[in-house]
Amino acid sequence: MSPALLLLLALGLGLIGWLAARARAWSFRRAQPERRLAALPSYHGWYVALWVVVPAALFALVWNLVAPQLIVQSVLADPAAASLPPFGMQRDTMLAEARAVATGAAPAVFNPAAEGLIAPFREAITRFNAIGLVVTLLIAFAAGAFAFLRLKPDFTARTRVERGVMFGLLLASLVAILTTLGIVASLVFETVRFFGMINPIDFLFGTHWGPDPMSSADNPDPSRYGALPLFWGTIYIGAIIAMIVAIPLGLMSAIYLTQYASPRWRKWLKPTLEILAGVPTVVYGYFAALTVAPLVRDLALSVGVTNASSESALAAGLVMGVMIIPFVSSMADDSIAAVPQAMRDGSLAMGATTSETIRRVLIPAALPGIVAGVMLAISRAIGETMIVVMAAGAAANLTANPLEAMTTVTFQIVAMLTGEGSFDHPATLSAFALGFVLFLVTLALNFIALRVVKRFREAYE
Amino acid sequence: MKKRYAAERRFKAAGFTAVVFSVAVLAILLVTMTINGIGGFQRVTVKVPVNFGNVSLAVPEGMTQTGAIVRSLQDQGLPDLVEYSAQRELGEEAATYVNPDAWRLVAEAAVDDPAVLSGTRTFNLPVTNRMAAAYSGDGQADLQPLARSLAADGKLTKSFDSGFLTRSDATDAQQVGIWAALKGSMLTMVVTLALAFPIGVLAALYLEEYAPRNRWTELIEVSINNLAAVPSIIFGLLGLAVFLAIFPHMRSAPLIGGMTLALMTMPVIVISGRNAIKAVPPSIRDGAMALGASPVQVVFHHVLPLALPGILTGTIIGMARALGETAPLLMIGMRAFVATPPDGFTDPATVLPVQIFLWSDEIDRGFVERTSAAIIVLLLFLLVMNGLAIYLRNRFEKKW
Repeated sequence: MSPALLLLLALGLGLIGWLAARARAWSFRRAQPERRLAALPSYHGWYVALWVVVPAALFALVWNLVAPQLIVQSVLADPAAASLPPFGMQRDTMLAEARAVATGAAPAVFNPAAEGLIAPFREAITRFNAIGLVVTLLIAFAAGAFAFLRLKPDFTARTRVERGVMFGLLLASLVAILTTLGIVASLVFETVRFFGMINPIDFLFGTHWGPDPMSSADNPDPSRYGALPLFWGTIYIGAIIAMIVAIPLGLMSAIYLTQYASPRWRKWLKPTLEILAGVPTVVYGYFAALTVAPLVRDLALSVGVTNASSESALAAGLVMGVMIIPFVSSMADDSIAAVPQAMRDGSLAMGATTSETIRRVLIPAALPGIVAGVMLAISRAIGETMIVVMAAGAAANLTANPLEAMTTVTFQIVAMLTGEGSFDHPATLSAFALGFVLFLVTLALNFIALRVVKRFREAYE
Repeated sequence: MKKRYAAERRFKAAGFTAVVFSVAVLAILLVTMTINGIGGFQRVTVKVPVNFGNVSLAVPEGMTQTGAIVRSLQDQGLPDLVEYSAQRELGEEAATYVNPDAWRLVAEAAVDDPAVLSGTRTFNLPVTNRMAAAYSGDGQADLQPLARSLAADGKLTKSFDSGFLTRSDATDAQQVGIWAALKGSMLTMVVTLALAFPIGVLAALYLEEYAPRNRWTELIEVSINNLAAVPSIIFGLLGLAVFLAIFPHMRSAPLIGGMTLALMTMPVIVISGRNAIKAVPPSIRDGAMALGASPVQVVFHHVLPLALPGILTGTIIGMARALGETAPLLMIGMRAFVATPPDGFTDPATVLPVQIFLWSDEIDRGFVERTSAAIIVLLLFLLVMNGLAIYLRNRFEKKW
């Protein structure tokens, strides 16, 4: 029984429960027309429908997670499983093969030894599906009957349904906390495992990065796990080169659009700028690798740099800066707009030109907001992945030369986790440690920036 | 005074330049992709008449599955027939540049219409990558005269390749298509929408309408604001460490990808949803309350319908971001070579941005055009989604 079918079944039963309960509520009203029902008949319907669907669906969900293990357990209990190798890869592949044949996903087994397991698998799958179906139905009927029997003319179905709805709303908003917890827990857990193999000091302050996922996992070489070049590459590309592009362009665009452009132009230019933020990063990455990087290299060669490579920090940083422009621009826009009109009018009335007003009054007044915007932009730039993966190169260089290939934290996370390394290897685990560092840094940047923005808003209110 | 006015003009010019530069970069990006991408929607083919009269090829009775028919025709010697026909038409040397998989095109034509396998029919067969490059005037120089002479005879042409939208990934740039990636994207988006939209809207309603002002609510708000700013790759790490630990057999399945992207999209929907709900004037709530509606009725009968256009706008924008997202999906293994379109939410799949990323890694020149063409398709989808969002906003947004 597929999960989708089970869900449809539960919903169908819920509909039946809804109709039956509503009919029952109507019958109360017909029996005693002079007495008012405590809730509308449809609320009686919802009450029963919730009781029918929710427990059954919860059970079906849990069953779908548990059943595969139970099936494997019961197959292993079969005498045919005695011939399996006791543990390891081969055992798992044989089981997977037999299951694939039993469910019809594969035409035949590759390993003839798995042949004998097909029949037990098929039998176990049928049995456990039947059990799941029967129990789901039983739960739906039992819960539905329980709810149905409680219906009375003075039953406060509406308050109960609404209590259920409120609970659902609360659960939905808890998903956010759960996600945050999930992120922190998974990162911390794997990072601790990683630091069990590599000393955190070596990781944070070492200057050589070159993990070898194929080396022995038992005895890793801590001198290959120095992440300093990665941190430097990330800062250099995301916080320096990209910001050199994005801050002046974004700020000047915001000033021009808010202070100079006529409303008609503004109406067209602002959405056009925002398209820049909507282009997928993989497209920017391709643009950087295909167009910008060769351009940068040719330019470097023509001014006499001999060792210019086709993957450079400069190309990645430039494109990233362009991507960030609308971000800086809209933050600057907001904070300039938040400066009270009276300050602007006062400056103009004293005879200052528009540009003097902007430079001497508006920007200083809006500075906290602009700085916060830049911090948010940096946090976005250092977390950006695809541009650096496609254009910045893989070599971990600790250099200030923008024409050299440089690697970043996000690049190495991708590189370590898309390789063939096993999940217990420090090279793979290092990705989680890098992710944890990235998470903490972006979190701190965002936190400070949001505080600054909040205080800044309050200052002018 | 003059100096001050000059400074004023310079400042204004600097602002104008900044805007023009940004727009120019956008224009260059789009133009580059379009110029490269137009080639990706075309492919170089040779006209080869195939005479089925002398051989007895037939679609076996009762066989309906495409794959089975193609295999059966292969066993019956269709590849040899196509190769022989090409040799007769083009000569020994030129025939070696007909794509080795070209017979599949003939086989698929036979699947659609078995009557193809009688008499003589002319097919536009794809060529190899080297020949395609030679036709376009690059690649190895020694092939170019042959390409030119074939083109002069009208045998070698470049035309619109409708198969690009219906085929799937392949190792050969002449044979690739984006259908598998497109379908994977759609399945992933369905999962994302089905999870993120209800959860996001319900959470927004709770926080805006019911939540008591206490520490828990503040915690929820802080985590939503932070999640909206967490780099997308971190969500990939979460998907890898949590979802793949729970469902180890579903590596690169749209279900897992959709769940990961849903966590990423949910905060966007919550934030835009809260703004839309905030915009509904309190008088509506007061009016409904005064008529005896319960708090839940007020929200679900009055506030939610009025806020829905705004919520939908935010949802579409969030979905557009999820559609273009690559990094988290790389983390959970949606970077496999997927040559058959996924049939369900648990089949191995890839998505359009990841397909673009994979093709961008290929060395073959033919893939540059294909990658750009795929980018155009992706950008068109995003354009439609954002256009829809703007339309919704203009059409339904009320000024109270």
